[in-house]
Amino acid sequence: MTSQDPAADRPKDMNEINSNQSDELALAAALGAVSGPGPAAWSRVREELARRAEAEGLIDVAYERHDSPLGSILLGATAEGLVRVGLPAEDEDAVLDELARRVSVRVLHASRDALTHARRQLDEYFDGGRRTFDVALDWRLTRGFRREVLRATAQIPYGQTASYKQVATRAGSPGAVRAAGTALATNPLPIVVPCHRVLRSGGALGAYRGGPEAKAQLLTLERAG
Amino acid sequence: MHVTRTVVSPRPTPLPPFERVVELHGPAVLRLCVARLGPVRADDCFQETMLAALRAYDQLRDADAIRSWLLSIAARKAVDLHRTRAREPVPVDDVEPLAGGAEAVVFRDEALWEQVRGLPDKQRQAVTLRYLADLSYPEIAAAMEIAEPAVRRNVFEGLRRLRKEIATR
Repeated sequence: MTSQDPAADRPKDMNEINSNQSDELALAAALGAVSGPGPAAWSRVREELARRAEAEGLIDVAYERHDSPLGSILLGATAEGLVRVGLPAEDEDAVLDELARRVSVRVLHASRDALTHARRQLDEYFDGGRRTFDVALDWRLTRGFRREVLRATAQIPYGQTASYKQVATRAGSPGAVRAAGTALATNPLPIVVPCHRVLRSGGALGAYRGGPEAKAQLLTLERAG
Repeated sequence: MHVTRTVVSPRPTPLPPFERVVELHGPAVLRLCVARLGPVRADDCFQETMLAALRAYDQLRDADAIRSWLLSIAARKAVDLHRTRAREPVPVDDVEPLAGGAEAVVFRDEALWEQVRGLPDKQRQAVTLRYLADLSYPEIAAAMEIAEPAVRRNVFEGLRRLRKEIATR
């Protein structure tokens, strides 16, 4: 429609004003000499918005960032439960775009119980004190065979591993090893649905949405426990 | 607001997550609210604007129109809140500074802004939206629901009057 830069058309009106009144420029500069909200004030306004939007049930996907030994993890939750775990290697904007496109555009940074629970359990997991996650999951970002693969993956116990072939078999299609790999590579709920426990047949690490280092780190953590 | 219809639009730009809308355009909304209502009531205006926008967001057709859409909501909310205030008695604690985030909006030349508040309504709106809310002319036109040349005229007239009044102060 038009330029988003408010300053872009300023010189024009300055010219028009300045044609015979030289002090207009100083006047406009004085009028413009106003600062916006500072960062602290702005975040207070944002928090109030998030709180009220949540209270009125207007947020379809609430998300928060959580610090972990792997880095900052993004957690998204719908009313049904945890819908997305974004690993540090993932681009946060891309994750939010995906949520907007596939779940709802009403995505807002806000706190809610499902997120608080997930965050506490992640802390416990990374401290070595938690072996299974007990949070409601919203599986809507995966469907069909991929969902079956991830459900089978969710059954692999803490500290153990399975091969892609085993997971494909448990999902009902022993021949679909490659498709199982794709399902795991697009796992919307990594860590909580432990796709890091699925390795190549020879025991090689294989790919991971969060990068091979993160996969190795999680497996090391679980071996220590 | 005027809506332009494109002849061929194979795939409209998808709407961004609302969080990004707040991040990108929220500050302009807040400035507009401060400009129209002063810092004390600006928070209410901001919250009501963003909640109304969030409620209607998935119905929005044109991702390129988000900013002007938001600002026109804010302008309407500001009018509503202004009317509400006119009808209500002013509670004592309402004068107290300052709830929420708008407090950090600092007028470097408070005396000048006193003069701005004394301008005729349309000029005051146009000047505040231009120089306090830092909006472009088309954005102000959308927010005030008047044509762009009329916005320019009001800004120009407002500045001219301010200059005269400042000369006599």
